[in-house]
Amino acid sequence: MSEAAYNFAYLDEATKRMIRRALLKGLAIPGYQVPFASREMPMPYGWGTGGVQVTAACLTPEDCLKVIDQGADDTTNAVSIRKFFERTAGVATSEHTAAASVIQTRHRIPEQALTERQILVYQVPIPEPLRFLEPRESETRKMHALEEYGLMHVKLYEDIARHGAIATSYAYPVRVEGRYVMDPSPIPKFDNPKLGGMAAIQLFGAGREQRIYAVPPYTRVVSLDFEDHPFEASKAAHDCDLCGAAHSYLDEVITDDKGGRMFVCSDTDFCAMRRAEGHVGRLSPKGAAA
Amino acid sequence: MTLHRTINLDLDSPLLRVEALTKLYGARIGCADVSFDLYPGEVLGIVGESGSGKSTLLSCLAGHLACDEGRVLYRNRDVVTLSEPERRLLSRTEWAFVHQNPRDGLRMGVSAGGNVGERLMAVGARNYAAIRASATDWLGRVEIAAERIDDRPRQFSGGMQQRLQIARNLVTSPRLVFMDEPTGGLDVSVQARLLDLLRSLVRDMGLSVIIVTHDLAVARLLADRLMVMKDGRVIEQGLTDQVLDDPQHAYTQLLVSSVLQV
Repeated sequence: MSEAAYNFAYLDEATKRMIRRALLKGLAIPGYQVPFASREMPMPYGWGTGGVQVTAACLTPEDCLKVIDQGADDTTNAVSIRKFFERTAGVATSEHTAAASVIQTRHRIPEQALTERQILVYQVPIPEPLRFLEPRESETRKMHALEEYGLMHVKLYEDIARHGAIATSYAYPVRVEGRYVMDPSPIPKFDNPKLGGMAAIQLFGAGREQRIYAVPPYTRVVSLDFEDHPFEASKAAHDCDLCGAAHSYLDEVITDDKGGRMFVCSDTDFCAMRRAEGHVGRLSPKGAAA
Repeated sequence: MTLHRTINLDLDSPLLRVEALTKLYGARIGCADVSFDLYPGEVLGIVGESGSGKSTLLSCLAGHLACDEGRVLYRNRDVVTLSEPERRLLSRTEWAFVHQNPRDGLRMGVSAGGNVGERLMAVGARNYAAIRASATDWLGRVEIAAERIDDRPRQFSGGMQQRLQIARNLVTSPRLVFMDEPTGGLDVSVQARLLDLLRSLVRDMGLSVIIVTHDLAVARLLADRLMVMKDGRVIEQGLTDQVLDDPQHAYTQLLVSSVLQV
């Protein structure tokens, strides 16, 4: 079958309409998990089937798509999803955050601030923040409905009791607009402050769990914490070794088997942009623009 | 005697009033036409053999089961018609439920401190140090060593798990505690210590308790008043000593005489 046999952006229009309905409901009730009839996608669960369906429902032929996997544009997941939409939708793609109108992401929020023209689509493995504390779906739904979120703090309590500090470093639970507690997908907690007051629309899709939720622009998003153990957005205490950035989230890369390591920006586009502007880091090649 | 009360209790009016409570399982009777009053600070024992409707009655009172007829008034509010959010709020503030099997009442994957702190956090406590201090205090009160605070209930013995469940329930100073065979499945020496503990907690905190048991010795030790159930109906009720020492109903006489003497 040729690609022409597929509808624009792979999904048929009725499916896209169903997903858009769920998206609108999600935007109307920030943080609320809307069930949707997730479709079988031509990729395995865990590869972003939820995000891909949300992106497919949002794309128009004029859109420019960027796909991020752990901050990078060039890893398997990002490359294959980008190719998928190049083939099935024929939309323009870009690696530049500012150039994209729709950004599908796994595990990161871009360092560069997003604008009102943009949509950020998250891939979500487990949408239910209460899941590992309360296995019954019937019960977690009731807890959301009745705003019984004491259990979420039990998890943070356990963290402090065991590690002396809140050790949850990703998928850190947040409260949206003072109402629903939401799993922000496995982004590092460094990114949590960016969730609140963001200009772009944030959409979350969980394919296997068949849930969609959303955070509309400029919404209040607060990370849960204790009075005496406040939330802290943490990152490795280094500068980027390639671009020297001090305030971006870093990946640690092992460079040899003698304990050599380097820290680089996890957001590859951000790092490349800074290097192009002439910033250098500890391991930048000698003779690079200084 | 210390009363952890913020609101003055009217000691002369019943805390819980049950009127003609009936629960049917299809055509079979769970419990039928049960009526009683429970006054503040009073311990009511419900005894009877297995299948006599004790646990059904307790579940109906605590709102775990919907009853078919009758009214349950808690401080003059009808619990049966209470909305679910209100009932759930009640059950984590003013009420407590101690299950027979501590695994039903505890979170087995959460440390002892977290188990005790859960009710506090559920009603809005957000200060880690305060929650931990309160948990430590309560572990002490139920005779669990403070250094076990970060251990999970799995690592506890059956008796300790039961004591932990009690601490977890009493930490928010409830007024009314439902207990379903709290000493079931424990050996006698552990049972004796647990009963001792329960007795002093009930006295110190001025708790009202409804305790379901098939063990008449437990009823004798803890309960002020006793209700004997058979086939879903109350067949005799009165002061504990009166019912146990001078049983009137033939079934109660049988029950009392069935206790093994050592």
